[in-house]
Amino acid sequence: MQVKDIIATLNLTIFGGSQGLTHEITGGYTSDLLSDVMGHAENGKIWITLQTHKNVIAIASLKDLAAVILIKGLEPDADMLAQAEEEGIPVLGTMDQAFETTGKLFNLLIR
Amino acid sequence: MRFEYTIEAGNFTKAGDASSSFKKILKQLNVDPQIIKRIVVSLYEGEVNIVAHANGGKVICDVDTSRVHMQLIDIGPGIPDIAKAMQAGYSTASAKVREMGFGAGMGLQNIKNNADELIIKSEVGVGTQLTIIVNLNKE
Repeated sequence: MQVKDIIATLNLTIFGGSQGLTHEITGGYTSDLLSDVMGHAENGKIWITLQTHKNVIAIASLKDLAAVILIKGLEPDADMLAQAEEEGIPVLGTMDQAFETTGKLFNLLIR
Repeated sequence: MRFEYTIEAGNFTKAGDASSSFKKILKQLNVDPQIIKRIVVSLYEGEVNIVAHANGGKVICDVDTSRVHMQLIDIGPGIPDIAKAMQAGYSTASAKVREMGFGAGMGLQNIKNNADELIIKSEVGVGTQLTIIVNLNKE
């Protein structure tokens, strides 16, 4: 499954980084601690978080994550978005909170 | 081959730039992707530590056919108790840094878990020097 395949089902907003919408998804990782993601998220994971700053993209790019989903209607900071465009990491948004987003994504991926 | 990067104190918008540049070089050198991951995790954590805790510093990365040898040298303030700093969950990060999702006391552990060798030397008032070695050949 690619990032673009979950947009409609999860009702996600695409903020930017759409060059990466064809990234293959291997799973998800939900965390707001950057070192936790750095240490434990595997490549191809979708990162679900409430962090909206540029360092999120640095980590997503270094770890080859598939995309980032910002929860609860949060929007990326301008420099996060610029970095996402540059690195081709999709930044997506949902009105749901982390628990719901994680659950929906989990259900989609185990089908 | 030697690559050097300057790390600015407190500038989180540039945190990760050195790691990102070095990752691109390692890719060009055709280093195994799994090993690149380990190098990059180690370097990034060290880089963020300098941004978050030090008064600035630099990173020197030496690459040869057998290993990557990284030195992260900062200009203080130094770590009073290295054993404590190595404890998972221990952090002296400011509230602002923690709000960004840093400062969870996982950084040095991440380096330890990903490096083949980690040496920390520190002197209060002088600075801290991390030496991180990752072997390029799988054993």
